[in-house]
Amino acid sequence: MKRHWVTTVVLSSALFGLTAWFASRSATGAPPAPAGSSEANVSVSTAAKGVDARRAMIARGEHLVLSSGCNDCHTPLKMGKNGPEPDMTRMLSGHPEAMKLPPPPAATMPWLVAAAVTNTAWAGPWGVSFTANLTPDLETGLGGWSEAEFAQAIKSGRHRGRGRPVLPPMPIPAYRNFTDDELAAIFAYLGSVPALKNRVPEPLPPAPPKVAHG
Amino acid sequence: MLALAALLTHPAPAQLARETGPKCASSAVATAPVARPAEHGPLPTLLSQTGLYRPGSTTEIAPENRLYSPQYPLWSDAAVKRRWIGLPPRTQIDASNPEEWQFPSGTRFWKEFSFAGARVETRYLERLSDGTYRYASYVWDPALGDARLAPEGGLPGVSELAPNVQHDVPSREDCRVCHEGRSTPVLGFRALQLSTERDPLAPHREAIPSGSLTLEVLMSQGLLTNFPREWASRTPRIDAPSATARAAAGYLFANCAHCHNARGPLATLDLDLDQELIPTGYSTMLATVAGRASSYRLPGADSSQRVVPGRPQESALWFRMQSRFPAAQMPPLGTKIVDRDAVRLLDRFIRQM
Repeated sequence: MKRHWVTTVVLSSALFGLTAWFASRSATGAPPAPAGSSEANVSVSTAAKGVDARRAMIARGEHLVLSSGCNDCHTPLKMGKNGPEPDMTRMLSGHPEAMKLPPPPAATMPWLVAAAVTNTAWAGPWGVSFTANLTPDLETGLGGWSEAEFAQAIKSGRHRGRGRPVLPPMPIPAYRNFTDDELAAIFAYLGSVPALKNRVPEPLPPAPPKVAHG
Repeated sequence: MLALAALLTHPAPAQLARETGPKCASSAVATAPVARPAEHGPLPTLLSQTGLYRPGSTTEIAPENRLYSPQYPLWSDAAVKRRWIGLPPRTQIDASNPEEWQFPSGTRFWKEFSFAGARVETRYLERLSDGTYRYASYVWDPALGDARLAPEGGLPGVSELAPNVQHDVPSREDCRVCHEGRSTPVLGFRALQLSTERDPLAPHREAIPSGSLTLEVLMSQGLLTNFPREWASRTPRIDAPSATARAAAGYLFANCAHCHNARGPLATLDLDLDQELIPTGYSTMLATVAGRASSYRLPGADSSQRVVPGRPQESALWFRMQSRFPAAQMPPLGTKIVDRDAVRLLDRFIRQM
């Protein structure tokens, strides 16, 4: 039988990624000024500054995503020449929809947590959680979220900022220390990555405790 | 131990000290005038300092605070609740938008939660002069005879509801999660909720307490202003095709519509369980649930619908109502025990569709 789960006792926040998303902003609908006019030059200059600012924001978001370990859990691992490595063709798309998992192994103390070989499914006392699709796919990723929902989700630890709890191993206690600007930058970066359609499974409840019959 | 509780924010000791402040001598409570907490100052450390009670008492309600009781109560794990509103003197509630009443600065609300006959917590909501609201919860201490301000991060496990099930005082962030899903954070004090015509099938319905504020009383005592004439002459009532449908719609309105409405942050979900005075509220609700795809998938299903007419157990709405797995349950917070009466009501409602 193919081995899907790896048991571990260590939870390092450096391993874990963000749940998030992006909603792209539409440009303002003002009509363009005539080419060559001073108004047009100012407009071009202003627009260029806006583009530069947006690029800088996305670059900052990329830096934060890379340095905060988001890919570690939200990009599935695959086996490479030197062992497990992130499958960047599925960058930030969360637990692969097609990967069906058997029930996780029963935890026996002091072992507490099991992770799938992709590092995208985690089993523990909370049940089984699957890392989210952070790409801007409208149906299965973060394409339907607003920036406010994203920021509120990280700060509150609740799905879309007001729903179910975001489950371990997502390091909400660490990430809720991001500033609003940092969250906006992360959000902007996540909205700039390729949208991948991948419907991540719903979390599963923990197995009921076994009753001893004597 | 890794557990969901570890994800909750608990205040650091320094923060706790700042929130709780120095202990107040009981004499200070007794000699205080009818308290009005200083706006934007720290929250009072004791419930008795918020102005709910007569000076020196924690049982006699100050006469300016008025009892009220919503037609469709929010399920809170079978808590027995009492609610009061304190309007500043000579002020009125602006009802020009009949769906979103605007309360004057200084308006305060209290909601007392009791389990097994004992007061456990009293929640507090106050409108400040800048138009924002602030939230607090006070946890009853029988030895003190008063209730203390809970930490900002909440307080888990203050009362046992059932074996291994504890009542938690919510964090202020969780207060905002529920209360700030629409333009006014005041949820249970609205025209439909204060109607004198009560839904006879509403789960956990309460008799209208003697002397309490109803819509009729608010209008007769001049406490409402700008209430549209066309609404003032009607009795608010959900226009549903059956008594079961009316009660089900009322339950969803009271327990779900503070997030699932057409005006708040989750409006993009297109799940509108609002009712209020909108004549089309029922049909709108039905159109956004019946046969509509759910972003939540039932166990083992590749796709699910919010409500499958005639089939409650295949309906995500019903499934999530009867679940208390934290990642599946609805509502997602404020309850740890399934509301069996409501589940039965929704079962009948869906079967009758």
